[in-house]
This record gives sequence, structure tokens and C-alpha cells, in this order.
Amino acid sequence: MGLENNLFESLPDVVTVKLDAVVNWARKSSLWPATFGLACCAIEMMNTVSARNDLSRFGAETFRASPRQADVMIVSGRVSRKMAPVLRRIYDQMPEPKWVISMGACATSGGVFDNYAIVQGVDKIVPVDIYVPGCPPRPEMLVHAIMMLQDKIMKESVKDRRDTFEPESRVSIVPGTLPVTEGTALERETEIEVAQHQVSRPYTIPSRHEKRRSS
Amino acid sequence: MSTAVENIPGLDVLDQSLESQMTLSMGPQHPSTHGVLRLDLRLDGELVIKAIPDIGYLHTGMEKLFEYKKYQQGIVITDRMDYLNPLGNNLAYVMAAEKLLDLEIPERAKVIRVLMCELQRIASHMVWLGTSALDLGAMSIFFFCFKEREKILNLIEAASGGRMTPSYFRIGGLMMDLPAGFERRCKQFSADFPDALNTFETLATGNTIWQSRTKGVGGISREDAIDWGLTGPCLRGSGVDLDLRRDNPYTGYETYDFNVPIETDGDVWARFRVRMRELYESHKIVRQALERLKPGPIKADAPKVVLPDRDDMRKHMDSLIHHFLIVAEGFNIPPGEVYMPIEASKGELGVYMKSNGGPKPDRVHFRGPSFVNLSALPIMCEGEMIADVVAIIGSLDIVLGEIDR
Amino acid sequence: MYINEFMTEKLREFVDRLKAKNGDWVSEVVEGHGEVTVLVPRESIVDACSFLKNEHDFDMLADLCGGDRGPEEDPRFEVNYHLFSTKHHNRLRLKVLLSEDDPHVATVTTLWKTADWHERETFDLLGIIFDGHPDLRRILLPSDFDGHALRKDYPLRGYEPYSMN
Repeated sequence: MGLENNLFESLPDVVTVKLDAVVNWARKSSLWPATFGLACCAIEMMNTVSARNDLSRFGAETFRASPRQADVMIVSGRVSRKMAPVLRRIYDQMPEPKWVISMGACATSGGVFDNYAIVQGVDKIVPVDIYVPGCPPRPEMLVHAIMMLQDKIMKESVKDRRDTFEPESRVSIVPGTLPVTEGTALERETEIEVAQHQVSRPYTIPSRHEKRRSS
Repeated sequence: MSTAVENIPGLDVLDQSLESQMTLSMGPQHPSTHGVLRLDLRLDGELVIKAIPDIGYLHTGMEKLFEYKKYQQGIVITDRMDYLNPLGNNLAYVMAAEKLLDLEIPERAKVIRVLMCELQRIASHMVWLGTSALDLGAMSIFFFCFKEREKILNLIEAASGGRMTPSYFRIGGLMMDLPAGFERRCKQFSADFPDALNTFETLATGNTIWQSRTKGVGGISREDAIDWGLTGPCLRGSGVDLDLRRDNPYTGYETYDFNVPIETDGDVWARFRVRMRELYESHKIVRQALERLKPGPIKADAPKVVLPDRDDMRKHMDSLIHHFLIVAEGFNIPPGEVYMPIEASKGELGVYMKSNGGPKPDRVHFRGPSFVNLSALPIMCEGEMIADVVAIIGSLDIVLGEIDR
Repeated sequence: MYINEFMTEKLREFVDRLKAKNGDWVSEVVEGHGEVTVLVPRESIVDACSFLKNEHDFDMLADLCGGDRGPEEDPRFEVNYHLFSTKHHNRLRLKVLLSEDDPHVATVTTLWKTADWHERETFDLLGIIFDGHPDLRRILLPSDFDGHALRKDYPLRGYEPYSMN
């Protein structure tokens, strides 16, 4: 249409630009959050998509039900001990690049629920990029968090976000909590190998960029 | 919990033709389970043979937490239970404590409680309609519903300061009086709402696809509904004439004029019709409550239980002392036990509260309507198509925060 | 509070009929706040419930919940059955006391199917065992959870320090 025609008429054939800048710009402009609602905050997350606070203005309205097609996980609500391994598994299923927004006081620190059932902060399970305070946060705060995440994405390097196969992540799940799918014989061997060296809670195995960050 | 599923008696009968059957684990992360519900579905092709709900993925330990909080601190926890109907939860908890204290609250507080609860019921039904339509693929209803809900949330925020977690009702009255201009805004909403109802009727009720997806799906008979303890719209959809607002009246509901909608089919369509007709009745109650709003006190005359006004604290020494004692030590409730049922937007919300005389409850148990309604899901799902399971879950209007507590 | 008196009066009739049917079913009657609690011995809870359900129209079990009276109390646990009638809209509470050494009580799932999940929840959180329940396993807590969370001697934050470090 008109805009593109004007651009190409005025621009030269070759443009030199930093790869990071182009890739990050593309990534931040079409964030696809995973449909991952836990508790009260999930209703406010739905509200963010609704007509009043239209999240599509910021390019992040395409909620995907499958984690394999998503790149932002909005942990909206309290994470119970039973849910923790599931949450970690969903995080592992998301392809790189992936980011996590911890929405609300419960996801961030356990909130008012300082008891046996609730994980005191989702950052004990997955690495968190943005924390949103509030109980629950207003939709505007989630929009702000998405904008802050976009700023953060612009500062990243493409090299940080390689999608690599992690054998541990396939088995990063507490036995007996979810049905373990049958794998190939090769995977089975790795599973046994990992199981021999495993610590008490295997869903704490860091993924690749977590390792890089901590070192 | 794959190992546990095999231990259920009765399942081994189904294993005779295992080559044509499969087990599907639906959830806990699934867009149509309204949260973190997990279903183990035993399928024969597309037919559901058995559905086993697996809950607890949002277990928050609230009932344990109540025992460690003072009575007035517990109100905050109830907000997070059924987060679509927080004022209803506040009301049940607060009224249980008031029943233990034999506390009578003033007329204005009662009217405001009724008004706010009915507004909240409309908001809760809006989320139900929007999300259950979204599950069935009708996207545009969702936007209209959330637009109406936003107006109600603004009203609740104006009164209490919180959109979704108001904690507006306190033991012995209300947190504070309605702000200036609330009545005008509420009347404006009440005048606009019939238009919105027309929109919903056009979008959903008259929609042929909607009708064919819901009629004759997920039926439950009258006897089964009572046997499984269904309450609220799910029970009334099966033809049982029961509404606790009329049959066990509380907060002066017996003085309002409203009908109890009944449908007899027991399927998803009947539950949908009951809730749609309830919207009209709630609207009727809102209008009556607005007419009854007369100036008056909003807190009971019980200085040892109810926080005094700020003005009083500046003028009277004893008010200051009472305030300090309530905040620092709480108030004691005489030993006893009560069960306080109310009609929440999803059914009978009962609070069992037991006191041993101290400032903290000995035991608080919430009988969540979603918890009981969900337990009847297996018999509704048996013999249905897998795509209808989503419609049935939507028609039950479950909230996982209340199921798992 | 005359309404409370009126309510109690109606409920007293049911208690009298229960006593008339079998005196052993009622060990104590407590009244308060317009509600009536009937303490029933453990052995006769199913009979008493069945009588009330079939002959006095208490066709719905509104709620079933357990409670812990404290580790030092002798009948340590209690189970409350909140009966409700969809016909005459009365509510009656039956209570069973259980000792810590032998927290067994017969299931009422044979009378009301809704008792299924309520009893599973009570088993999960308090460790009360319902004899004859078709599927008594944990419902809210993970299957590998250690202990029963709503018991008074169970600490609020649990035993295992939930730290990932």
C-alpha cells in the first residue's frame, strides 16, 4: 500500500543495521503469550485482552493455547506445590526465545498465602523477567509490564536465545504427578541416566540461558 | 496421576476393548477448563466413556490459614476464593461471624449488601457467559460481556477501592459508606443494562449454532441433581425449585420482589437459560435496592467488634481504645458453631464456622458450590462427544479457586 | 431473635422423631443460633442419616466437613453432616466424634453420591478414614504429600522447607 511504496522509493536497496536490532524489533513487536491462567490474576489477564484495554495495540494479543507456539508465559496467580512441576514442564515446552512475567503478589512472593500449599515465589521454579505487583494487578499494569518486557527484549543479544535440546528438560518432572509419555529407547536411556544423578526435586534443573545467567 | 487412575474400581470392566479406547489427559493447562482443572477422559473414538476430574492444582491451604488469622483478617482471604464473586464470599463469611455474635446490622447496610451482591452476581454471570461462549467458538460475546462487567467493576471499585478483591463487607456492617455520586452512576448502569441484555439475547439465545451446541447436551435428571448435591442454576436447570434467597432468606431478601427461574430439561441449554433469566431478576433487585437506599448508619452498634469512625476516634478516648484493641488483639467470639448458607452466583455457598472463644476461629470450612457441581461432571459427560465436554464444563460455571481452596 | 427460637422449635420435632425411632441414635443435642446439632454415635450414623433421608425428606447432603478439636482432646476428630431438605428447607447438623487412635467412620456415599468428594477431602486434609468409600484417595494435595494438613499439629508452613536452592 501507500506506506511501503513510499519507503521503498526513498530507501536504498541495501540497508546495514545491527542484526540484534532487527531481530529484537521483530520479536518484541509480536509477542505471543501462552494461555496460562491460574487464579484471580487470570481474569484480569483476560480483561487486558478485552475491548477496554486492548492488548493488541502492543502486538501481544495472540494468546496461544499450546506452549510450543508461545514465547511469553504470564504466570497469573498463585502456584501450588501440585502445579509447580506442571508449570515447569510448560516452561520447558516453550521454544526459545521465551520470557516470563510474574503477575501479581502470589506469583511473585506467595502473597498472603504463606503456607504449606503455595510456592513462595515462582522465581524458584522458572527465571522471571518482569514482576508485576498488585493483588490482582490492574490490566493497565499488565500492559505496562508487556511494554517493559519489550524494552528489555531490545537490549538482548540474539546469541543468548538459542533453542537447544536439553535432555534433562524432558524428564524434569516429579514422578507420579503427570502421566509420563512413553519416549524412544534413546530417551529412556538418558532418562535412567539422569535419574541416577538426580537431586530431590528435578524440576529445578536450569535451562540453557538460566545457566548462562547464573555463571 | 496415571498410576492412581488404574486403581479405581469399575474401570477394569472397560478394559475389555482396549484397542479401540484411549485415555486423554485434558488439562491442567487447557484454555477451556477455566483454570487448572485436569480431566482424565477415557474415550472410544470421540465418545466419552468415563471422565475423572483431577483437582487440587490450585490448592491454597485457605482453611488452614483461617485458623491462624483473626476474624476480621479472614475476610481478605475469602476474596481470593471465588474470585468472580468475591462479595458473595465476603457476605457468607461475615454473616457466619455475625450469627455467632448474634449481631443485628442496620437497615442501610443490609440494602447496600443486597445491592452490591446482585451487582456482583451480574458481573459473575458476565464472565460465565463470555468464557463459555468463547469455549464454543463465539468470540464476540466475550467482548460485550467484559464491557458490561467493566462497568460493574468500576462501581465496586468506587465503593470499596478494589476491583476484584473488595473486602467491602465487614463483621457488623460495611467498610465505609457509598461514595458521593454512586447512586447516580448505579442508576445509569441500571438504565443501560437492558440494552446489553438484548445484545446477549441476540448474540447467544437466537444463535442457531449456539442452540445446536447446547440443546440436549450434558443432561442430568432431577433426582440425580439432588443426589449429587447440585445447587444454584445447575439445580434449577433440572427443574428443582430452590433458591436460598427465597427459601432460607438472609439480609432481608424476603422483602424483595423477584422470581426464581426454573427450566426442566437439565441440559446445557437449560442451565444457560436459567442464568440468562437470572440476569433480569438480579437487575430487578438492583432497581428495588436503589429505591430503598435511605440515609442511616452502616455499622452495627457494637463498639467492641466494629471499628469506630475516624471522627469519633479524634473526639472520644474510648473509641480510640476500642480501635486499638480490635486492631491489635482482635475481638473474642463466644464458643459455638454455625453453618451459614447463602445463594452465591454459582449455588449454595455455605460457611461452617466454629469458635472456641478466642480471637481466631477454631475451624472455618467453605462449602463451595463449584466443588460440588464439578463432582457431578462425570455423569454429565458419559456418552457425550469430546467436544461437548467443553460445553458442559462451561455450563457448570466452575471457579477453580473455590474448588481447590 | 424470635426467628431463631421458631427455627429451633421446628428442628426439635425432627430430633424428637429421631429419638422416638431409636433412642441410641442420639447421644446429645446442642442448640444454638437457630441451629440444632445432634451428636450421633459412630456406629449409627448411616442408620440415622438413612432414616432422616427416607422418612423426613432430608434429601440433600449440603455439606460434610471434618474438624480437629486439638491434639490433647480425647475424641479428637469430628465429622459434621449438614442435612438439608429441598422440600421443607430445614437444616439439621449431625455430628460424629472420633478418637485419634481409630478415626474410622462408615461412609454415607451409599445415601448421597455428593458425599464422595466431601469424604475424599476430609480424608485428604484430616486423615479420617471412611469405611466403604469406593475411591478414597487424596483429592486436593499431591499424592506424595506427607501428613494431613488441617490437623492442628501440622505446622502452617509444612514440614519440608520449600526452598529450591
